[in-house]
Amino acid sequence: MGEPGEFPPAVRLFLKTYPWRRIDPVPWSPLHKPLAVCRLALVSSAGFVLPGQEPFDASIRGGDVSFRDIPSDAEAAALIDTHRSRSFDHSGLRSDPNLALPLDRVRELHAAGRIGSVNRRHLSFMGSITAPGRLVRDTAPRAARLLSEDGVDIALLVPV
Amino acid sequence: MCTQAVGLVAAEMERQGIATVAIQLLMKVAERVRPPRALWVPFRHGYPLDAPGDRERQTAVIEAALRLLEEPDARPPVLREYRGDPGGASGSITR
Repeated sequence: MGEPGEFPPAVRLFLKTYPWRRIDPVPWSPLHKPLAVCRLALVSSAGFVLPGQEPFDASIRGGDVSFRDIPSDAEAAALIDTHRSRSFDHSGLRSDPNLALPLDRVRELHAAGRIGSVNRRHLSFMGSITAPGRLVRDTAPRAARLLSEDGVDIALLVPV
Repeated sequence: MCTQAVGLVAAEMERQGIATVAIQLLMKVAERVRPPRALWVPFRHGYPLDAPGDRERQTAVIEAALRLLEEPDARPPVLREYRGDPGGASGSITR
């Protein structure tokens, strides 16, 4: 289960004492139309890249806050796990990247009419970010702007 | 740390007019960070959509998350718990 108890003692202590960044006030965009006409994008923090894309940089202190575009027609099996964390079991998402970037699942939801469309791209971050200042100031606003310009209505965000 | 990162990205997207729903793996972190709309799942880290290679179980989690977007009277922050059906065909939301 996703609880601190699954981690080694040093990680548990870190999680207990880390100054988590509180979102305040909490922004809110209510949805005023049915999902069946909405355009969806995925955002994953699993550190996935596609062949030819630059891997996330595990050496950056505080974390690599960059992101990669993942075209929506990419094959899930082509995704490469470059997440730097050794605190969780990577075998599941390596055997089935849909577990953290569900490309196939959202295509199925579109085919079934549950969502209106799948955006032409999804976004991939590497979530092991202990110093999120640049994420908040720079890359998250840039990522949001890209999806907004794409006409995205809804986003599903998946951590690992 | 992934839980915090997706929460912060979700907040920025909401500021720019995109309705978001974020899967969360640590309840205590979700309560502290406060992503706008979140579904806590009882799975270990690395397995946010339950089971690799299992379309039905993954879809059940995604469907539960999408349903949070269909609550017109909800007010932020929304944090719900996912309780998966052992058969994997459906999920329910509590709290």
